[in-house]
Amino acid sequence: MNVTVTVNGKAYTRDVEPRTLLVQFLREDLGLTGTHVGCDTSQCGACTVHLNGDAVKSCTVLAVQADGMSVTTIEGMGTPADLHPLQAGFWEKHGLQCGFCTPGMIMSAAELLKHNPDPSEEEIRHHLEGNYCRCTGYHNIVLAVRQAAGALRAAALAEQAADD
Amino acid sequence: MTESRPDKYMGQALKRKEDPRFITGTGQYTDDFVLPGTLHAAMVRSPYAHARITNIDRSSVDGMPGVVAVLTGEDVQAAGIGPIPVGWLLPDLKVPAHHAVAQGEVNHVGDIVAVVVAETRAQAEDAAALLAVDYEALSSVALGSAALAEGAPQVHDDVPGNVAFQWEIGDEAALNEAFNRAHKTVKVQLRNHRLIPNAIEPRASLAQFSPASREYLLYTTSQNPHIHRLILAAFVMGIPEHKLRVISPDVGGGFGSKIFQYQEEVIVLLAAQKLGKPVKWTARRSESFVSDMQGRDHESVAELAVDDQGKMLGLRVNTVANLGAYLTLFAPAVPTYLYGTLLNGVYKFPAVHARVTGVVTNTVPVDAYRGAGRPEATYLIERTVDVMAHELGMDPAEFRRINFIQPDEFPYQTPVALVYDSGNYEPALDKALEMMHYQELRAEQERMKGTGKILGIGLISYLEACGLAPSALVGQLGAQAGQWESSLVRVHPTGKVELYTGSHSHGQGHETAFPQIAADELQIPIEDIDLIHGDTGRMPYGWGTYGSRSAAVGGSALKMALGKITAKAKKIAAHLLEASEEDVEHEGGVFRVKGAPSQSKTFFDVALMAHLAHNLPEGMEPGLEATAFYDPKNFVYPFGTHIAVVEIDTDTGVVRLRGYGCVDDCGPLINPLIAEGQVHGGIAQGAGQALWEEAAYDEDGNLLAGTFMEYAVPRADDLPHFQTDHTVTPSPHNPLGVKGIGEAGTIASTAAVANAVMDALWHECRIKHLDMPYTSEKVWRAIREARGGMGQAADD
Repeated sequence: MNVTVTVNGKAYTRDVEPRTLLVQFLREDLGLTGTHVGCDTSQCGACTVHLNGDAVKSCTVLAVQADGMSVTTIEGMGTPADLHPLQAGFWEKHGLQCGFCTPGMIMSAAELLKHNPDPSEEEIRHHLEGNYCRCTGYHNIVLAVRQAAGALRAAALAEQAADD
Repeated sequence: MTESRPDKYMGQALKRKEDPRFITGTGQYTDDFVLPGTLHAAMVRSPYAHARITNIDRSSVDGMPGVVAVLTGEDVQAAGIGPIPVGWLLPDLKVPAHHAVAQGEVNHVGDIVAVVVAETRAQAEDAAALLAVDYEALSSVALGSAALAEGAPQVHDDVPGNVAFQWEIGDEAALNEAFNRAHKTVKVQLRNHRLIPNAIEPRASLAQFSPASREYLLYTTSQNPHIHRLILAAFVMGIPEHKLRVISPDVGGGFGSKIFQYQEEVIVLLAAQKLGKPVKWTARRSESFVSDMQGRDHESVAELAVDDQGKMLGLRVNTVANLGAYLTLFAPAVPTYLYGTLLNGVYKFPAVHARVTGVVTNTVPVDAYRGAGRPEATYLIERTVDVMAHELGMDPAEFRRINFIQPDEFPYQTPVALVYDSGNYEPALDKALEMMHYQELRAEQERMKGTGKILGIGLISYLEACGLAPSALVGQLGAQAGQWESSLVRVHPTGKVELYTGSHSHGQGHETAFPQIAADELQIPIEDIDLIHGDTGRMPYGWGTYGSRSAAVGGSALKMALGKITAKAKKIAAHLLEASEEDVEHEGGVFRVKGAPSQSKTFFDVALMAHLAHNLPEGMEPGLEATAFYDPKNFVYPFGTHIAVVEIDTDTGVVRLRGYGCVDDCGPLINPLIAEGQVHGGIAQGAGQALWEEAAYDEDGNLLAGTFMEYAVPRADDLPHFQTDHTVTPSPHNPLGVKGIGEAGTIASTAAVANAVMDALWHECRIKHLDMPYTSEKVWRAIREARGGMGQAADD
């Protein structure tokens, strides 16, 4: 059946099997392989994307459920020349090693910072409990999210000052 | 070439060069590759731990949408595909055949019975689920000691009594003599339970075959693509090595589990050849649980003897190592040469003796998992040392201190074969005690008595042997491979440089650390240097990444190749400067004539002339390229002290890891950011074993923890902020002085966290030992029982 999903600002219409998962649609139909699959029970969070602005595990959403909705993936967050503060934070604080969980980690952390611009270490750890990382022990991921939170707050203040 | 560069790159906490692709979602992992016309393979896996296959009805999937082929053990045999070999042989080792697809009998849940190939993955999986297979169930056994029992089910006819090997090390007579004059001995029974590595990227393979050239291409999730090529081409497929190119692109973590030659890699190659189209397989996580090689699984008895001064006299160890259903690549080496030889730890033992029995069972095979033998040794020694300290009434830190090998005693010959290269254990201990405010913690532990919470402080001083390995030595011990490493340095005419290494990075940051080494040697900006790895079609031969060998062995090979480049470059510069070579110095990024600083040539000038060859010294070959092979003289021996702090709620048995601090010594750090990251991740994995993770099987061999819902990988909110520091004791025998840091965290932390839990339970209610993992139920029951079984019957 036909679905139309806006991904990273661009609308795509594809004919998919009803059982196609959103993550398959992104990876296989659209070739957006930045979103990863690490499990089949919705625990690991490697497939986390934003669906109409909310973080979801795209292995637990059918492509047809996303019909008419908008999706942001890691590819829509920033480019090497213009990194999102979370991407910059993960880089600077060594918040990744093999990089496989990183896209999901960043998408999940982005949702946290949307609702809580200044999370404590405990709040970050609690929020990220649905994203597994086997390499970093999470230590530097926490530092990366805190750094990004600071950068985003500073940017918001600067924007406010410019508006005033 | 005029960009500014720091005086020294080595030792700097540089951001990683490889990260921009990972943080923007443009890394390329095996499953991300697409080849035109690719077919998809799905595995039919045994639901039985042990069974005879009586019939496979191919017609049961006839006509199903998209199905192209069904492959069984018969097809594999008919194609002349050999069994997957073992890479390390011990005397009298019994090796059951490990076929790519089962031939008549399955030996663990998840063993591959048949393969369905279809146009899409969903079609292949649909058909695989419906393929009719008849089994005759056989009796099975899962626990190592149970497999040794009289009348136990026989896993393989050609492994009598389920014993694959018996191995021992050390002087038993000397040990018995030491025990005879002991002031005190303790005996501890320890189970080092089984783990599942669970790299977050599931394994995947994509194969292509070109009929005209008879060349194969394999993309696969490998820590060592050359080992895969060697085994697949020479031993399994029977094709020339150069007809198989193995590419291991970005790999999402390995931890040992991606070292080994797997059945699925053979299957996709065979299917691609038979069907004339590319064939891909990517593991579902539920498949990873029953098919990735697992780790640990020892049942041991340890006995420690001391004299009346608390000086250690001897350690006696008897271990049953569960190897699972088949012997895989390094399996025989892990519980022997990577375990028994480590049982001396950091102590001055006059005698150590260990006996290890390797046992086959109806479980997933066990092989190297992060630390591979060394975490098992460290856990055994350090847990037993703590039991002794408790019983002697000595502080665990002081008991260790009085038994340390002293810094002036290196190189140090242990009673279990190894010669430690260098070490200085006391400063690391002192630094860790200070970092964690050890005495204050002990005071807090006293204050907390009676509050319903108990504090546990777990301290361990570890040593490990890594940087695998001197080839001649491991050859004598049974290795069927060399353990040197290679590096190629290719300087382009513009002075830009490519480094090639046989090491493979799957998270360890080689693409940054190796260029840091090269930038210092060549005195050029790191931006001009890139590292290439993971492709047998591009690199010279190499043995890959495991055993914390990349920096010590791969880095040393690189340093040697760089030395050849700078030596030739200096000759060219001297020629261009019309000076003798002895009068030319290489400093500040240029070659200049001593005493005439205005006369200089840049690296670019030299690289260009090497390629133009318009004006080279008489008889010199053009070009600027060098390959080096480095074979280490010894292992390297990192060490350190780790301290874990836990809080236990006596009403619920819940254990909270409250703090963790460590001081590691892996010699000079190439990149402290990367080294610390390795320690953090290692701590998390080791703590995971102590507190949560367990590959539990029932007695028949059914895996009870088959998904992330039952297997508890540590999450962000399970772990504390880690405190890390280091001391620096260089290795005297490699050109960088570096040791290894990839596994140290895991080797140390399981024992540290276990000792913390047992420290709490000893102080609260004199419990000597409990086996890991310390689940709340286990801890709660133990506390209740120790306090006199209050209310136990009612609660049960």
